[in-house]
Amino acid sequence: MRIFGPRSAVLALPVLTVGVLVTLIPFVLTFLTSIKYQIDILTGAWVFRPTLDNYTHLFFSLQSNFVVNTVNSLVVASVATVLVVVVAGLAGYSLERFHWPRHTAAIVAGWVLLFHMVPGVTIVGPYYLLFHALGLYDTRLALILSYLVLNLPMAVWIVQSFVGDLPTELEEAAHIDGASNVRTFLQIVAPLIAPGLAAVAILSFVFSWNEFLFALNLTATNAVTIPVGIAKYAQQYVIRYGDMSAAAFFATIPAVIVVALAQRQIVRGLTLGALK
Amino acid sequence: MKGSAFVSTGARETALRYGGPLGERFDRAFQYWALLPALLVLLTLTVFPLIELVGMSFSTVSFSQGQVIWTWSGLDNLRTLLRDHVFFTAIGNTIVFVVVTVTVEAVLGFTLALLASEVGRGAGLARQLLMIPILVPGIAIGTIWSLMYNYESGIFNVALRFLHLPAQSWTADPHLALASIMVVDIWHWTSFMFLLMLAGLESLPAEPIEAARVDGASGLQVLQYIVLPLMRPTILVAVLFRTIFAFKVFDEVFLLTGGGPGTASEVISFYIYQVFFPQSRMGYAAFLSVVTILTTVVLVAVYLRAARRREALA
Repeated sequence: MRIFGPRSAVLALPVLTVGVLVTLIPFVLTFLTSIKYQIDILTGAWVFRPTLDNYTHLFFSLQSNFVVNTVNSLVVASVATVLVVVVAGLAGYSLERFHWPRHTAAIVAGWVLLFHMVPGVTIVGPYYLLFHALGLYDTRLALILSYLVLNLPMAVWIVQSFVGDLPTELEEAAHIDGASNVRTFLQIVAPLIAPGLAAVAILSFVFSWNEFLFALNLTATNAVTIPVGIAKYAQQYVIRYGDMSAAAFFATIPAVIVVALAQRQIVRGLTLGALK
Repeated sequence: MKGSAFVSTGARETALRYGGPLGERFDRAFQYWALLPALLVLLTLTVFPLIELVGMSFSTVSFSQGQVIWTWSGLDNLRTLLRDHVFFTAIGNTIVFVVVTVTVEAVLGFTLALLASEVGRGAGLARQLLMIPILVPGIAIGTIWSLMYNYESGIFNVALRFLHLPAQSWTADPHLALASIMVVDIWHWTSFMFLLMLAGLESLPAEPIEAARVDGASGLQVLQYIVLPLMRPTILVAVLFRTIFAFKVFDEVFLLTGGGPGTASEVISFYIYQVFFPQSRMGYAAFLSVVTILTTVVLVAVYLRAARRREALA
């Protein structure tokens, strides 16, 4: 919609382009750093011989745990995502479509909102003690459970919103035709809210893949994920900038894939999570 | 559908529908067991830890031979807090951080969204590309910027030297450290404001804007008298949401400055982390956490009430 009249795009387009460039240049610089030799990085050379050494070192060097970190990140994010979709799908449908006493719904919604607001660092201390007591410290399961909880509020809101958009007639018709509640949910509702479930899955995966604070404090060696691995590069005595930038660039890949393939779902998911 | 008081049916139909009487019971309680997993997760992993947190906040927690020992210490942690200058510095820095970043992000995000809606269809690509920073790990962003802030080879100092200006220690200078992190946050999250604002702009009704233009209102007048008032709810929510998240800032501080130099870029989340883990003062950290949670709740409640009152007046 035009607010400033027909010729406004002539001015708007260049400014918008600058905004996009400012957003992208840091990624380009990081990629360039990741294909430089350490000597070219330190001298800040613009003309250099590109190399894949940093990536080779990252994945195949015996000193590097990056492969293990990547496997951990993939396993933790995938399992957490499946759990989030199932738990939030059921909970969101139940909360949105069935009758709950007013205070029950309000307490659940308020509690979820409160938990979503407080800084994660306030929860990670009790988690540390809890997972130590359960013998889960430095396991993938501890991170999977943490990410299930962290993503649940957003996921339930997204599911509720998509279920709320469905006309109830479909479910009523299914019931008149003899379908049970379970069958109605699995065969009528779930396929219809598939875009919502996709948004939940994508965002849960990306946020779990990205998460740092819990991974930092609930793991030591075995269950370390990519963000913690990257942070360790930055703390070494002699910083290997090449490895560091290669790792950082590698870690952004899911974001790029997701933006390229599923931007519509993400926009709705992100804006919903906020505007709730 | 709501209430789902379905008409009871004959035995034969019941058997067909649910595959037996047990199945029927199970299915009638669908609403309850569908919520059960979520409730279990919330009880064990949010309610219980928060109760534990409150307990810890009145204790001294220490580790001895793999055992956790809680010692009741009453209000000792409160006394520690009142003498803790670092915590008050962290609060001050966090307030500066939140106010500056959220304001700049809101203004930039709104402007970019306005521009994108002027451009119209071609803005799809801009929206797609601007979404990337939101989805990238905070730690990767910290790394990317630590390379750009690097004293020797970072892009900023290369540019300054090119202009024959003195190079700066972006993250190690006490006057610059917090500002450097704010720049990263603004770069990271302006996109998010942009997405929310653009969604808001796209859902505005076209009629009042067109009517105003037909009546000869200038672009700025339309913006001031029609678009901004209609956008107010979106803006209020976007600002609230970003405020809550800016308040939690951690990853970038961890990677770029570690709260330093000294306490120049100390913020609440990072300080609580330091007390919890590197310093292992879990009782005191829990007390700081409880204070932080209560403050968050009060501030959000006040903001929502104020926002609602202004809406009522408007």
